[in-house]
Amino acid sequence: MLIRYLSQIGKYFLMLKEVFNKPTKWSVMRQLILKEIDDLIIDSLGIVCFISFFVGGVVSIQTALNLTNPLIPKYLIGFATRQSVILEFAPTFISIIMAGKMGSFITSSIGTMRVTEQIDALEVMGVNSLNYLVFPKLIALLLYPFVIGISMFLGILGGWMAAVYGGFASSNDFITGIQQEFIPFHITYAFIKTFVFAFLLATIPSFHGYYMKGGALEVGKASTVSFVWTAVTIILSNYILTQLLLT
Amino acid sequence: MIEVKNIEKSFGDSKVLKGISTVFETGKTNLIIGQSGSGKTVLLKSLLGIHKPDKGTISFDGRIYSNLSDDEKRALRTEIGMVFQGSALFDSMTVEENVGFPLKMFTHKTAAEIKERVDFVIHRVNLEDAHHKKPSELSGGMQKRVAIARAIVNNPKYLFCDEPNSGLDPKTSIIIDNLIHEITVEYNITTVINTHDMNSVMEIGEKIVFLKKGILAWEGTKKDIFKTDNEAITDFVYSSNLFKKIRKAQNREE
Repeated sequence: MLIRYLSQIGKYFLMLKEVFNKPTKWSVMRQLILKEIDDLIIDSLGIVCFISFFVGGVVSIQTALNLTNPLIPKYLIGFATRQSVILEFAPTFISIIMAGKMGSFITSSIGTMRVTEQIDALEVMGVNSLNYLVFPKLIALLLYPFVIGISMFLGILGGWMAAVYGGFASSNDFITGIQQEFIPFHITYAFIKTFVFAFLLATIPSFHGYYMKGGALEVGKASTVSFVWTAVTIILSNYILTQLLLT
Repeated sequence: MIEVKNIEKSFGDSKVLKGISTVFETGKTNLIIGQSGSGKTVLLKSLLGIHKPDKGTISFDGRIYSNLSDDEKRALRTEIGMVFQGSALFDSMTVEENVGFPLKMFTHKTAAEIKERVDFVIHRVNLEDAHHKKPSELSGGMQKRVAIARAIVNNPKYLFCDEPNSGLDPKTSIIIDNLIHEITVEYNITTVINTHDMNSVMEIGEKIVFLKKGILAWEGTKKDIFKTDNEAITDFVYSSNLFKKIRKAQNREE
């Protein structure tokens, strides 16, 4: 069991090496990158905006409902919403959702190419299939922090609307809260995490799709396994990065 | 010409190819035949460089594949065209984009030059109306034609086909067989076809290599099949009632 996991990890790193080998012609790569930006980034914006706005609202309401002591200032609702959204919800929670959305898309599309011999066709033609398939995804996901930035903004906006229009706090209180004890490094920390998660989101699902064996059923299984491993590595790296950067 | 010398290949404990030696000739349709599990696909994939043989050499017009550098191997691969069993067309691309893909990847041709060449090969495989269609909108026979067009667009010296007739009706199979044969002769290509379709053997089998349990059990032309006393090949060929009847009729005539 342990040997199998270690061999998979080794194979993953060998795959990463191959992704940067023998680059595809730039004119072709440019088109692939633009297509991946459309598939992975633009197509994810809708769901990210929707979830961020409403979860931000829920965080705000739940904080407000737990502030039963009249001595605790109302601006804490804004403060708690900001901290939750910037530190954890936007970078980590959204990345886990993206492991399901983007990750299963990547695994199933590459897996289907494997099953239907399209990857063999690339290799026979002399194309480095790993560079052709995975590198554009990595470059496209350099824009992932942009998605997370939107998520942060909409999460806080959702929190503000829920607090103000739900009658839990005034707009002034909420805005005071989101400005209270603001530490700019928290933004840096969130974006460092985001870059690491973007790398994991591009490579782990690609690995599971590329090396899958079997037919249509196995493509489905590979997507599930890929989601589990991407989520696990995101959670673990989140813990490690938090320990390294915030303590 | 492709020369195979003493090729061996194992997967774990199972030895799939057991010392195969043969020559696939230029300008001819060379067929690899045999039962399922006889090692046909492994031999074809070894020729393509997808599988690395454990022993033996494969040489392409004197260039021994295993002695080539990575760059030379990549250059050699651009001389190879391949028609996969399931066509292996890129789902996200149109017919035109699929066919033009090797030119876009490996040549410095302008868009206009690519378009001209793509139009020519699409016309050559009789697919004029399919330029902007996606593979999912095509029939099995049309997909095979696109795969053939993609395989020949870059003027390959070697053409490999893995069961090009699988899933096709008999009439379309004959059309695809004849198309491959015509292209082989027209462009003087070394064509290697992996098949278990006896109609193809009789239609275009200029050189036939018969594999049985990883061993080259017989080789010859389609005419030789009817004369041979080799039990392995006769067992395989005359497992079909149609061929039993043909042989009986021929024996009676003789």
